[in-house]
Amino acid sequence: MSTLTGASAADELPGPDGKRPLEGDRASTGRLGDRLFGGAATLSGVIVIAIVSLIAVFLIVQAVPALMDNDANFFTSRVWAPGGEQPAFGILEFLWTTISASTIAMFIAVPVGVAVALFLTQYAPTWMRKPAAGLVDLLAAVPSIVYGLWGLVTFGPFFKPVQAWMEGALGWFPLFSSTGISGGTIFFIGIVLSIMVLPIVTALSREVFDQTPVTHKEGALALGATQWEMIRTAVLPFGRPGVISAAMLALGRALGETIAVTFLVSALSDGTAWTWSLFNGGETFASKIANNAAEFSNPSKTGAYIAAGLVLFLLTFVVNSIARVVIERRKAFTE
Amino acid sequence: MAKRIDITDLNVYYGSFKAVEGVSMTVEPRSVTAFIGPSGCGKSTFLRTLNRMHEVIPGGRVEGKVMLDDQDLYATGMDPVTVRRTVGMVFQRPNPFPTMSIYDNVAAGLRLNGVKNKKTLDGIVETSLKGANLWTEVKDRLGKPGAGLSGGQQQRLCIARAIAVQPQVLLMDEPCSALDPISTLAIEDLVNELKSEYTIVIVTHNMQQAARVSDRTAFFNLKATGEPGRLIEIDDTTRIFNNPTQQATEDYISGRFG
Amino acid sequence: MSIATDRRPDDAIVPDDAVTPPGGRPGRDALAEMRSPHRARAVKDVVARIVMWGAFALAMVPLVWILWTVIGKGAHMLTTATWWTGNQRNINSDDFGGGARHAIEGTLEMVGLTALIAVPIGILTAVYLVEYGRGRLAKAISFTVDILSGVPSIVAALFIYAVWVTTLGIGRSGFAASLALVLLMIPVVVRSTEEMLKLVPNELREASYALGVPKWVTVVKVVLRTAFSGIVTGVLLGIARVMGETAPLLILAPYTKNFQRDLFSGNFPTLPMMINQDRGDFALETAAERMWGAALTLIILVLLLNLIGRVIAHYGSVKK
Repeated sequence: MSTLTGASAADELPGPDGKRPLEGDRASTGRLGDRLFGGAATLSGVIVIAIVSLIAVFLIVQAVPALMDNDANFFTSRVWAPGGEQPAFGILEFLWTTISASTIAMFIAVPVGVAVALFLTQYAPTWMRKPAAGLVDLLAAVPSIVYGLWGLVTFGPFFKPVQAWMEGALGWFPLFSSTGISGGTIFFIGIVLSIMVLPIVTALSREVFDQTPVTHKEGALALGATQWEMIRTAVLPFGRPGVISAAMLALGRALGETIAVTFLVSALSDGTAWTWSLFNGGETFASKIANNAAEFSNPSKTGAYIAAGLVLFLLTFVVNSIARVVIERRKAFTE
Repeated sequence: MAKRIDITDLNVYYGSFKAVEGVSMTVEPRSVTAFIGPSGCGKSTFLRTLNRMHEVIPGGRVEGKVMLDDQDLYATGMDPVTVRRTVGMVFQRPNPFPTMSIYDNVAAGLRLNGVKNKKTLDGIVETSLKGANLWTEVKDRLGKPGAGLSGGQQQRLCIARAIAVQPQVLLMDEPCSALDPISTLAIEDLVNELKSEYTIVIVTHNMQQAARVSDRTAFFNLKATGEPGRLIEIDDTTRIFNNPTQQATEDYISGRFG
Repeated sequence: MSIATDRRPDDAIVPDDAVTPPGGRPGRDALAEMRSPHRARAVKDVVARIVMWGAFALAMVPLVWILWTVIGKGAHMLTTATWWTGNQRNINSDDFGGGARHAIEGTLEMVGLTALIAVPIGILTAVYLVEYGRGRLAKAISFTVDILSGVPSIVAALFIYAVWVTTLGIGRSGFAASLALVLLMIPVVVRSTEEMLKLVPNELREASYALGVPKWVTVVKVVLRTAFSGIVTGVLLGIARVMGETAPLLILAPYTKNFQRDLFSGNFPTLPMMINQDRGDFALETAAERMWGAALTLIILVLLLNLIGRVIAHYGSVKK
């Protein structure tokens, strides 16, 4: 398993001896020790279920009253004014920023991450594979707050001229038109996010590529395929479900990434005109909540932020579930 | 020490699959009984029912009766853990606990069941290792990992571990199939010595081995794949190998199938 | 002849079906053609090779860049003695120096408490999934662990806020932040432990059962014992993971510049919040130095845990 992702494409595959671990057996007896220990294990599992259910329940219960009082349309409004007598708030801006920044991150992290995984499993000399993989994992060990600082102080200023050049060269295209915002744009945040989730894509892809049956690979090579052709015909098709679920897990992480984004975003002032440009600013769900933690003064105001958190929870839930389903399918296929 | 096992009309199931059907036999104390038969005939499965080890596989259950002298192993209220302390088992592949030293491996059964007295343990470890013909080879390195021994030594270590809990019966599930000929010979000699104290049941694929070590031999067979295994016949080993009553036994012995 | 054909300069423009030899011994050229891939295929192969190496190099750029920045700007702070002994009391953004001991202690204490709660739940849940679980409950638990591992830290923090502050009416505190971190740590511990337990061969369980050892003793003394080093590694990586989490602290544990050991009341010092504090004035040299110093300290702690974890995994693993 990869400790980075908490998920494994190798889960549930039979062990090296071809047997599954013993489960659901009757080795447990009515002894006191067995009852206590088995009971404690079951209880822990039930606690985990309870926690996840409670997260959903609490967020819903505390979001609903605020949503009832909401004067604006929660999904289509760009206004965010949850306090006061006439609370009005909508998540459209956060939804757009969150999803577009994460999508950019995916466009970068998935191809690069997969290429790095191929490098680590197919191209790197054997002596290099383990240390190189360790270095990629290091990227995941760097706390996200440090990414935030680096983006803010070092990478941000470096990227400004790049963005200026892109606006000049590609500005005719609505996605790249200039908005006058030079730092902390959606595009820039997408790039930082891509670096942060790259190790997730790589770790899981590496795991599935490593599992490509030797017979598939040798079959391709025996037909005279070059190494690249072997990878295209044997390794990639075998690893595709793993790569898809890796991408989904990475997407889940990108959607919810908080502190780095909070450091980097440039919030838009109220009433800023709508634009499709990726060089616009704007808050994500996570950064909006984090930036306003000090403002959780009354229930209705807090409720608005909790409602936004609930949407984020559902988004990541859906994305992670897709990853899970893809992995399950693969398992069924492999057996 | 040794006890007789009486089996009456035993069926073994895994879930809805009937693996073994209608076995009745008596296993004599202080003797070696060998189970032979083609792969998949249920001899190992049947062996595991003699100490209720089949129950650790999901869905494993039996119908019928297994008596150890006058104790019914499947009586309600009979604790499978107690059964396994009385009926020890040695597996196909040597499986010493990898985190434990040689000493700790032999003492494991007692320690895990709460025996702490150092003197008692020392004594039992020494007798068990002597009983398994391993003492002279390892007495100077009892603190070394058990996994560092050769395959044959590991298997004798597992036998020492099994007899350390002082069982009545010793079940051996193809104990030599992963060993080289010299180690095999050492185990066979050991089996010969142990039978003066224990009831031994050994499953083997090797007919020469059955002929060499056992006093009685049981032949198991199955009609076809997917059918349950059955006991074809059990008799003195010399009878089985020279003059079996069943045609199937003779075919198997003479190498016509299997 | 065939070797010469390989080096033919116009090889690249010879189409696949044009391999009929000019005469002499037919078949030799066709064979040579097959032995060395057609030039276009070979070029693709080389390009792919370069792309893969390039991707790896590209991935290393931010790593080196980040470490370079943090060490370059923060190392200086760590060489002052007060950094390891003092706190930030009465030190304004434009004052130089001060210590980080309060934040280091706070962070360690907070993740220590987090681990104390998350590790037993995580390990026992993994034990359930591998050793006991079967059927619907196990599936449901496994699914919720996946969901929990996907919960963003900000959502975990909001949930604890909704329970702890809004519903129970207890104020923000270090302990509330610990609870949020527990939610983030449990799935890491469950998954890594689960993986390690699955690596324990069934033969060892059977050997133990066959000695008449009850199941729970088998699980505790044989299975968990055999998987021990792997589990420790997973726990350390889990701690490293939550140590750098900032969002829950932002929502639940306001920062203090003082020494504060009490997790249960009032503000609480942690390294991420110390970074966050100085981030506001990072244009000031004095604040920036502190910020990078705290970031470097945090990275060192996290990498140290990772390193210890990997060393244990390497040397503690059972040799077969």
